[in-house]
Amino acid sequence: MNSFRRLFWRVLALAILGAGGYATWLRFTQGLGAATNLSDQVPWGLWIGFDVLCGVGLAAGGFAITTAVYVLHLERLRPLVRPAVLTAFLGYLLVILALMYDLGRPWNIWRAVVLWNPRSVMFEVAWCVMLYTTVLALEFSPMLFERLGWRRPIRVVQAMLVPLTGLGFILSTLHQSSLGSLYLIVPTKLHPLWYSSFLPVHFWLSALAAGLAMVILESGLSARSFGRALEFHLLQGLAKTMAVFLGVFLCLRWWDLAARGALASAWRLSGPGSLEAWMFWLETGLLGLPVLLLLPNRWPRSPRAVFAAAVLVVGGFLAHRLNVSTTGLAASAGVRYVPSWSEIAVTLMVVVVGLIAFRLAARYLPVFQVAGEGKEPRPASYA
Amino acid sequence: MRALLFDVTRCLGCDACTAACCEANGLPEPKAEDLCDRQFTVLRKAAGQGGDLNCRRMCMHCLEPACVSACPVGSLRKTAAGPVVYDADTCMGCRYCMQACPFQVPRYEWTSPAPRVRKCSFCSDRLAEGKPNACAEACPAGASVCGDRDQLLKEARARLAAQPGGYVPKIYGEHEVGGTSVLVLSPVPFGQLGLPEGLPGEPLPALTHAALAAVPTVAGGSAVLLTALWWLTGRKARVARAERSRFSGGESRP
Repeated sequence: MNSFRRLFWRVLALAILGAGGYATWLRFTQGLGAATNLSDQVPWGLWIGFDVLCGVGLAAGGFAITTAVYVLHLERLRPLVRPAVLTAFLGYLLVILALMYDLGRPWNIWRAVVLWNPRSVMFEVAWCVMLYTTVLALEFSPMLFERLGWRRPIRVVQAMLVPLTGLGFILSTLHQSSLGSLYLIVPTKLHPLWYSSFLPVHFWLSALAAGLAMVILESGLSARSFGRALEFHLLQGLAKTMAVFLGVFLCLRWWDLAARGALASAWRLSGPGSLEAWMFWLETGLLGLPVLLLLPNRWPRSPRAVFAAAVLVVGGFLAHRLNVSTTGLAASAGVRYVPSWSEIAVTLMVVVVGLIAFRLAARYLPVFQVAGEGKEPRPASYA
Repeated sequence: MRALLFDVTRCLGCDACTAACCEANGLPEPKAEDLCDRQFTVLRKAAGQGGDLNCRRMCMHCLEPACVSACPVGSLRKTAAGPVVYDADTCMGCRYCMQACPFQVPRYEWTSPAPRVRKCSFCSDRLAEGKPNACAEACPAGASVCGDRDQLLKEARARLAAQPGGYVPKIYGEHEVGGTSVLVLSPVPFGQLGLPEGLPGEPLPALTHAALAAVPTVAGGSAVLLTALWWLTGRKARVARAERSRFSGGESRP
């Protein structure tokens, strides 16, 4: 049974990689028109909405955990640093990979380094992502050096770790919020349920919640598949922090909706504008439920509840970002956009590549052990 | 600054402007009903009281263009003479300009492996030679007129005053998103012509500038806050460790 299941997943992964490969060929020989359902009315689709906007947000666990451990001295979270950094690093590499598909002239991407338009949000995002990926590469490097037995470079990186983490926090805060700022320039196009001058704050808060949710999920899943003991008490703490970020996000969002008088459109559940209303409630439900599940202290927070909450948060986060990038812009575009099979194939391929890379790294690199890291005594929780 | 005044009441619907545009830009025969990567202007029909009306659709050449502020590498720029021009050589194809445009004007070469953003350039090369826009030059009825923006606004106001009943009392493009270089006069509400109504009077780039202006504060504030927290929590951890070692009789490890 077990080997049968493994075979199934392998065949599925191969099929996705095959379809993605064919879509890649289509994209780079026939152009974006042949490979996507994008149009002059819908210039951004699944690749920007999911691969980039969601990908960057889901990788926010990296800066959240490193900041907690290296800046806030929350030593007990140290076992989570490496998996979180690995996920974030792979996440950003995959975002850049997906971006290469979406950019019409990807060979010109380097020009953002020399041609500056500091008045463009996209310029700020480009620089922050570029610099933060470098920070992540440095934060990831000790895993590689350790494997290779290179002591000196590890010490060099470790000496920089605290300022590097601070830099990572600042760069992440800037570009996570700027992904929301991108949409500040479309006040007449984006639906009032999502357009808000608080978009940057929404994106920053939701990225933190989703990033922590991803750390919870990946710790749980990798514990199962690598037969490790699970640091469940740590995940409970993370879940609580996640719920706080989420609660602040929801309060801010609803206060803002009410203040702008936009809530009326949430009740338009039939006729024109009903798609937006239903999608808004889907997003709100997915994000609201985990807060109810986690916040009240007297409820026992079983592993099951914590993982369910994390799954809901990731789902609600995806719904919110796709609503901003797709649902909210559909009415003004006047065109229905449904991604093409090749857009979906490339997106799935990116996810599969990420999963394979994570598995390989987890198997061949010291991701889940902290060998000889830091001068401080090893925390009790890791014993 | 050069501008273009289009008067719907004077347009005959002959499409000479569209043909001249395609010729001046080396584009194939115009066939499309809406703007596309091979057609930078188009005449669109709208119902009026005395029969069909025609309204031109083209890049509005905003005074403070959203597309120009959106482009990360400065491939789009507003020239001093008025046109908003595009340079494909530096463009990376992020299409944020298309997303940002409140008039949904920029088009893309979706079928090309090396796609360009395509739109009206206001004949910036012709303007540089002192010639009017190809479309205005071709117009037999004086519906499209090229001229200085202030002069054209004066002219438009004179027309509104001369025929108060013949026009909607407004010059489209005078204040929309901070003003545009293409101005339109119409006998019917502009929404009926397919021009977006209810655009804010302030330039759209101001909205993103407000967020970008906060970057130094956020970065500096975060740096100060993180340093303070790092020092405080570090000190707390050291104190806790020292106390633990005192109580456990010199044992340094917990």
